[in-house]
Amino acid sequence: MASLYERLNQRAMDAGVPLSVHIDLTWRCNERCIHCYLDHDDAAELSLAELRGLLDQMADAGVFFLTLSGGEIFLRKDLREIVEYARSRGFDMKLKTNAIMIGEREAAWISAAAVHQVQISIYSHRAEAHDAITKVPGSLERSLRAIRLLRAHGLHVVIACVLMKPNVNDFAGVQSLARELGAEFTIDPTITPHWNGDRAILGLNIERADLANLFHTESLVRDVDAFTAPPPPVDDSILDGTPCSAGHTSCYISPHGDLYPCVQFPLPCGNVRQTRFLDIWKDSAPLLEVRSIRARDLTTCSSCNHVGTCTRCPGLAFMEGSMYGPSQADCEKSFVRTGIPSENMIRRGRTDFTAMTPLIQIRPTVQSDVLR
Amino acid sequence: MRDLYPVRAGNLASRVFGGEAVVMNPADSTLFNLNETATAIWLAADGKTTLRQIVEREICPAWDIDAETALEDAETFARELAAHSILLISTESAKS
Repeated sequence: MASLYERLNQRAMDAGVPLSVHIDLTWRCNERCIHCYLDHDDAAELSLAELRGLLDQMADAGVFFLTLSGGEIFLRKDLREIVEYARSRGFDMKLKTNAIMIGEREAAWISAAAVHQVQISIYSHRAEAHDAITKVPGSLERSLRAIRLLRAHGLHVVIACVLMKPNVNDFAGVQSLARELGAEFTIDPTITPHWNGDRAILGLNIERADLANLFHTESLVRDVDAFTAPPPPVDDSILDGTPCSAGHTSCYISPHGDLYPCVQFPLPCGNVRQTRFLDIWKDSAPLLEVRSIRARDLTTCSSCNHVGTCTRCPGLAFMEGSMYGPSQADCEKSFVRTGIPSENMIRRGRTDFTAMTPLIQIRPTVQSDVLR
Repeated sequence: MRDLYPVRAGNLASRVFGGEAVVMNPADSTLFNLNETATAIWLAADGKTTLRQIVEREICPAWDIDAETALEDAETFARELAAHSILLISTESAKS
């Protein structure tokens, strides 16, 4: 039986409602993470007045789940006003931050605003490893102090661990740390290309053997046999399916007001400074094209055994050349997970990919109707 | 029976989709979906209007149901939501 969230998402999709929006308030940052896909310029960020107007439009359009991210959101001096205004408009709110600027005062107002979730990036339980990734000495200690403050105020904290070569062996340590702090833990071995197209940071991706190790770690995937099982036979219901929620029930807005299907899908669809949010959502030609794509329209994936279970990311496919094409990162993931090569790998005559972008997001605890 | 004054809890996230409210309690990450009748009560729960007034004004005309039956159901519903901390019930108006 579908969870309430799945039913809500389906209703939103049927009605054309943008259920979830992710806004980057700034790309400025006080860390310089080695895997970051953003530039850190501060040109022409949406002002507080512009954001209030945008939030009004989004609330009227039916947006319910709102993520505020960056860059580092606490570099916005008006963050508190933005969050409190968004809460007054009824959004369910999630903040993504490195938390190093969160002290007692910030934790108190975040709690008072009834923010649902604060997601904080922790790369290692070892200060030398974490700080080497953020390039900020003392950053682990400051982030952990903030987590303790947020937890003391009763906030739901998620520790997000992006896994890459320098910290590949540290996920269990971060998982233990999360348990100790009363935080949720999520792991993401997803290194995406830089938004300017530079793919050099993909060299940080973990090796295939390490990815396989993750897929066979019970504390991450729970049922290893089910997680690594071969894909089910492909039928019409699978081929009539849509790839993911990007552009269907969710979208991303940059600090400058540019709207995209997703933060990982840099297909420009309009700018909220020039066009009303709902008009972009309803009429943007790129968004309409994204929404029209069904699994049977995909150039290679439509004849792949994995099409029903692959977590193919259309944004990564787009960055690899075509949103109708395969995302090699996900081919790799499907292959490592099941041992069965993807159609794309077979056509290329290779199953020994090593320079791919593994893309997984593993959330150990998911309960229907209780959103974590 | 004393008049009950329901009021929506202030720390929630909510949105109405197609006449049905979706309510998130961030304290425990619980998501609720209210049907149209429940949504009508939820939206009218301002702490100043009695449950009886809400039923008579919002429920009876729209669903062609007698007030006593509707009030009984509404009270059950209100107490259920109160148990989940998404609705507060008082015996006094928020005005007083």
